[in-house]
Amino acid sequence: MALSAVHVFDASSPWRLSDQVSLRDEAFGALAYHHGNRRLVFLKSPELVALVRSLEEFESADEAIDAAVASGQHQRYVQALSSLFNSEILCGR
Amino acid sequence: MGADFSLRNRFERGLAAPICLTWELTYACNLACTHCLSSSGRRDPMELSTKEAKDLIDEIAAMQIFYVNIGGGEPMIRRDFFELIEHAVNQKVGVKFSTNGTRIDEEAARRLAAIDYLDIQISIDGADAQTSDRIRGEGSYDQARRAMDNLQAANFGQFKISVVMTRESIEQLDEFEALAQHYGAELRLTRLRPSGRGVDVWESLHPTREQNRRLYRWLMERPNVLTGDSFFHLSALGDPLEGLNLCGAGRVVCLIDPVGEVYACPFVIHDEFKAGNVRDAGFAQVWTTSELFRSLREPGNPGACASCGSYDACRGGCMAAKFFTGLEMSDPDPECVFGHGEVALEKKRLTIRPTPSPDHSKRVAVAITSR
Ligand code: SF4
Ligand code: SF4
Repeated sequence: MALSAVHVFDASSPWRLSDQVSLRDEAFGALAYHHGNRRLVFLKSPELVALVRSLEEFESADEAIDAAVASGQHQRYVQALSSLFNSEILCGR
Repeated sequence: MGADFSLRNRFERGLAAPICLTWELTYACNLACTHCLSSSGRRDPMELSTKEAKDLIDEIAAMQIFYVNIGGGEPMIRRDFFELIEHAVNQKVGVKFSTNGTRIDEEAARRLAAIDYLDIQISIDGADAQTSDRIRGEGSYDQARRAMDNLQAANFGQFKISVVMTRESIEQLDEFEALAQHYGAELRLTRLRPSGRGVDVWESLHPTREQNRRLYRWLMERPNVLTGDSFFHLSALGDPLEGLNLCGAGRVVCLIDPVGEVYACPFVIHDEFKAGNVRDAGFAQVWTTSELFRSLREPGNPGACASCGSYDACRGGCMAAKFFTGLEMSDPDPECVFGHGEVALEKKRLTIRPTPSPDHSKRVAVAITSR
């Protein structure tokens, strides 16, 4: 089964937190709960939480990442966002 | 979600609010299951009023608690049941409620099906009426099945079938799986703990070591079967089971009882694990300032388990199971997969075990001769 294009996270597109998701800050980062699929997801650093919250202000995830973290870390954060996308925490806009 | 040790350490120090908050709405129940964890039966006259219950829901919403597990007693016995759950889901506080199903007639099923953010689990204790009714009482299995039929007919969607693993029910794992498949339901299996009335039946009903081993292997092959993280003591047998694999009492787990008392977990309704009452200064206050919760969030003492190679996986097991069987917190779990719990229990044979504090069981009718 090939994955269709819609199921791949594209960091050059604009993203935001899904309306179905509640975020709760915690000392380690945040908990995210998806009210639709009932999944609980852990955002394991405050930096990632800030990035997720800022996505809406940027034209692409790449830009949001560049504004938030050092360039050496870019790929790591693309991966983190991509896994949040797979849990339906993020959605396109 | 596999075991992530760094995250688990964080969780052991506690969270801003619980993940798994259980709220028993009432001690009233129309059944009298022999293993009832909350010794339910009679309504407590001090039960939270509708207004108090709604205020509590508002506070739960303000604390950003994502969902609340509603139980009892039988929650649907409260006349304001629908009013309360609607008050919760309207504020995006999801409701997962646990019921014996007796009150889910066709109309109730339709009403439930119309509510978003609502999960239902229906409890049975056997895959046939005979086995289940031995624990839950005559006719209860058929009523639970009728509830399932009604939910299905009302297009509720996926509900859960919840079973406590006893020496008898554990022999019917495949039948439960087939039953869940029949309804397109999720199967949820949880551990029998010696809590509430369970204290009286635990010794004769808890699974044998051999049965626990089989259960572990069965669950490992079925990551989709839900367990509420209740079998993490079995993770000592090999790879960890799905879940956080820790005792969440007072750290990620918490119970509010029908009269507003806050306990560390639904399985420790006993004065020793009471953290406060929501009637005093609200739930958040109890969660953040209780001395008991603070001490539970301190690093645990591995005690007798320190030399066990599996301590990282099993953490010495369940606090409630130890407490109500008369063991120390530093002892191994009574169902330690290596049998160390049995040895510890043997040494405590003669000590008096704690009795669960509030008992709302229906009084057995006794003939009273007046004067
Ligand atoms: S000795 Fe303790 S840590 Fe080891 S398996 Fe038994 S209960 Fe778990
Ligand atoms: S005491 Fe037992 S039932 Fe309660 S949270 Fe801990 S492990 Fe779970």
